[in-house]
Amino acid sequence: MATKRILVVGGGLAGLAATMKLAELGIDVDLMSLVPVKRSHSVCAQGGINSVNDLTRQQGDDEWLHFDDTVYGGDFLQHQPPVKEMAYWGPKIIELMDRLGVTFNRTPEGMLDRRRFGGTLFKRTAFAGATTGQQLLYALDEQVRRWEAAGKVKKYEFWDFLGPILDDNGTCRGAVAQDLVTMEIRSFPADAVVVGSGGPGLIYGRSTMSMACTGSAASRCFQSGAKYGNGEFIQVHPTAIPGADKLRLMSESARGEGGRVWVPRTPHDPRDPVTIPEGERYYFLEERYPKYKNLVPRDIATREIFDICVNEGLSVEKDRQCVYLDLTHIPKKELDRKLGGILGIYEKFQGVDPRTTPMKIFPAVHYSMGGLWVDYERSATGGLTVGSPRNQITNIANLYAIGECDYQYHGANRLGANSLLSCIFSGLIVAPGLENLLKGAKQAAAELPSSLFDQSRKQHQSRHDALLRRSGGGENPYLIHQELGDVMTKWATVVRRNDQLKEALGKVSDLYSRAKKCSLSDTGTWTNQNVVFTKALLDMFPLALTILKGALQRDECRGAHFKPDFAFGSLTATEAGERRRQAEAWCDRFEANNVKWLKSTVAQWTGDEVEITYEVVDTSLIPPRPRLYGLVGADDIEKVWKQRSAAREAVQDGNGSTAPATLAAAH
Amino acid sequence: MTDGHSHNGHPKAPASFEVRILRQDGPGQPSYWERHRVEYEPEMNVISVLQRIAAKATTADGKHVAPVAWDCNCLEEVCGACTMVINGTVRQSCSALVDRLLAERPGEIELAPMTKFSVVRDLVVDRSRLFRALTKVKAWVPVDGYYDVGPGPRVSPETQEQSYPLSECMSCGCCLDACPQYLKVEVERLEGESAADFEARVNKEYDRSFVGAHAISQAMLFNSHPTGANNAGARLDALMAEGGIQVCGNAQNCVAVCPKNIPLTTSIGRAGRATTIHQLKKWFGA
Repeated sequence: MATKRILVVGGGLAGLAATMKLAELGIDVDLMSLVPVKRSHSVCAQGGINSVNDLTRQQGDDEWLHFDDTVYGGDFLQHQPPVKEMAYWGPKIIELMDRLGVTFNRTPEGMLDRRRFGGTLFKRTAFAGATTGQQLLYALDEQVRRWEAAGKVKKYEFWDFLGPILDDNGTCRGAVAQDLVTMEIRSFPADAVVVGSGGPGLIYGRSTMSMACTGSAASRCFQSGAKYGNGEFIQVHPTAIPGADKLRLMSESARGEGGRVWVPRTPHDPRDPVTIPEGERYYFLEERYPKYKNLVPRDIATREIFDICVNEGLSVEKDRQCVYLDLTHIPKKELDRKLGGILGIYEKFQGVDPRTTPMKIFPAVHYSMGGLWVDYERSATGGLTVGSPRNQITNIANLYAIGECDYQYHGANRLGANSLLSCIFSGLIVAPGLENLLKGAKQAAAELPSSLFDQSRKQHQSRHDALLRRSGGGENPYLIHQELGDVMTKWATVVRRNDQLKEALGKVSDLYSRAKKCSLSDTGTWTNQNVVFTKALLDMFPLALTILKGALQRDECRGAHFKPDFAFGSLTATEAGERRRQAEAWCDRFEANNVKWLKSTVAQWTGDEVEITYEVVDTSLIPPRPRLYGLVGADDIEKVWKQRSAAREAVQDGNGSTAPATLAAAH
Repeated sequence: MTDGHSHNGHPKAPASFEVRILRQDGPGQPSYWERHRVEYEPEMNVISVLQRIAAKATTADGKHVAPVAWDCNCLEEVCGACTMVINGTVRQSCSALVDRLLAERPGEIELAPMTKFSVVRDLVVDRSRLFRALTKVKAWVPVDGYYDVGPGPRVSPETQEQSYPLSECMSCGCCLDACPQYLKVEVERLEGESAADFEARVNKEYDRSFVGAHAISQAMLFNSHPTGANNAGARLDALMAEGGIQVCGNAQNCVAVCPKNIPLTTSIGRAGRATTIHQLKKWFGA
């Protein structure tokens, strides 16, 4: 039998973790990436990676609480078993990365230092300066280079994944890809394809994501029949530095290390911010959220900053929306040690020293919680069955998705410093399942009739050739991309309204038709970036439409998806009895809404439009509860909610069962 | 944007400025200069300039041309992709701010590909030799495997503060482009040569050539790691082989151009001492 091989698409944290683990299991891997894997977008992650640790344990923390924080932060929209498994692997993953030589910051005794991140009250986050993603990626890149030197891994860098190859039964047998230098298109037979291609930030034009984050690989799987889950859940990071080409991330760790967000109480106060007295500053996050203060979850921080600038008119600048993120009260030496990397970025790109002058920041599109729909196998204890080939598999046999491009771990909102964990975890967990998949396969893909591979290659070749023939007179792909980004940023980010989403759907559909008439300014056959970009642009539309349609249909507020027309609001009554009645009504409404909307959005592409169905979420481990960060009346609502939960539990105990909530049909 | 727009200490921003680009259609082809005119916008960097040029695809003389090819990804100077020679200095194009470039040379910006790597097209170069050098010096920690076997070795904050800057190397290649001893290696594929044979021949050529400051520094990074040190001898052997540390002419250009201020010459000094001791130990069989 010919050797079985696995093709990994994408060499960020997820793809590299999978590659390294597969190689350890003795499996040959082809690793494909748009950029040299060491230059993947994971390098942009700054703040850190979460796990329970010896110190937080003694403060009452454990894996279950990390799991709870993650599902609570995600507004209960994730299937719980994979999240539980991830939280329990957290400490082990950090130990592994530590052994691989990641230069984590240390305590004086030589232990890993930790910082606090949003959405938790524990210091769970291990970090390497403010370039944790870069440091983790390098450690995995080094291990993969080691396997490459040993002949187990073959890299295809500067290659563009054009789509999976499906046989007559709809099983994935490999992929077609294009060499970005020579423009050669060829087939890669593979016994499984693992897509770890990251997020689709470029759909929004400018975001905090890298230029390779077009979403094209995920979109090409989607257009080949793979389901896409929770597309409308796009995380807008509260603190980014606006720029002409990119919105550069200013890590949450700036707030984790004590950074304070404020605006002058006088709109557009022209004074040097350091001279504005304390009394004339509005620390709005601290005032509105006295418990979490500047470290509320990202969706909330983003909406508050948006609200302060847009609704309250308190933006620092008149012509441009921004608020201060202030670190100037922290000793310079400490800042350099813990945040040197990100402060350097601000200084380099803005020409201002954030150690002495408060930074100006504004929210920016940052992360996609949604992504390719993937399955899992639940274990008896409510985690994952390690080694199951169902873990991370899409609805297409032998096609897997990991990392940001899967929808599995973050629900409606991701907590800071959980993405590095989910990327590495999904990469590691997919490997033993693939090992078993390969063991069970009778025939290697390389032994299948070559006609299957030739046919797929020819399809992609003719699409490519047709694009090259379209020169002159048509639409400009770069300008269409700008328009797409403008529409998406304006109407599908922080605040969503149905009339606007409908209009956006119309506009994006029009843009899609226009994009199909793009003509190329380069019709050459060597390193033609113009045609590669045009293809990626065309593939942005099915995902853009998925995001918009999912957002339009979802008439509720959940995590990052905020529709003011459907917001529950705070309690208004002051009289105790009336307040109690309001709290009861609030909880009734919450329960009714969950019956209707505590469901994952599952999109499929019909060839020219998006079809949406909904999937019940496995919430059998932690029952959903209201997410009450900072709401007026939160205490009253919580009291009512606790009484109801206790009553429910009593009924269950009386029945002698702990009947889990309805499970998803797929599980 | 009109004349007199004030921005970031650049009181008289121009309405537009010229960008001269050294282009090349493919490997082995002649290079040529091409002029483009770009409308000034506040807060531009060289990436946004190249984006405008790609969208317009028309030279200053109004001639339609293929968009200029260039390499980039993160746009925040952590991935190392967008390195090129800007106004004569090798650096990243994302962090090259137009206001500053125009302040040092009014009216014009000059872009050229890196000089020590073969040009793929325009500003895109082939830097695979740089990654090959990381293999040569075994720039990794040789762990037993990826199962959970407990935490890594304890590391003092002092050691971490020494290692972290070295580990920030993003393989951009600035130190190599500026090095007088790092010479361009170009290998052409022979007729009928298979891809695998060609790759093997290229790697052989790379392995004989100077590894460069970045790889020497990475060798020192891994030699100072408690587990990485298990391979210290092999790394020193690599640094003493052909193309090793003896090629360094101590010009110190590397440290001057490193965008991350990595103490490359300190690493080279450490490597020099370590290889000497390693050699003596070998002679005396210790």
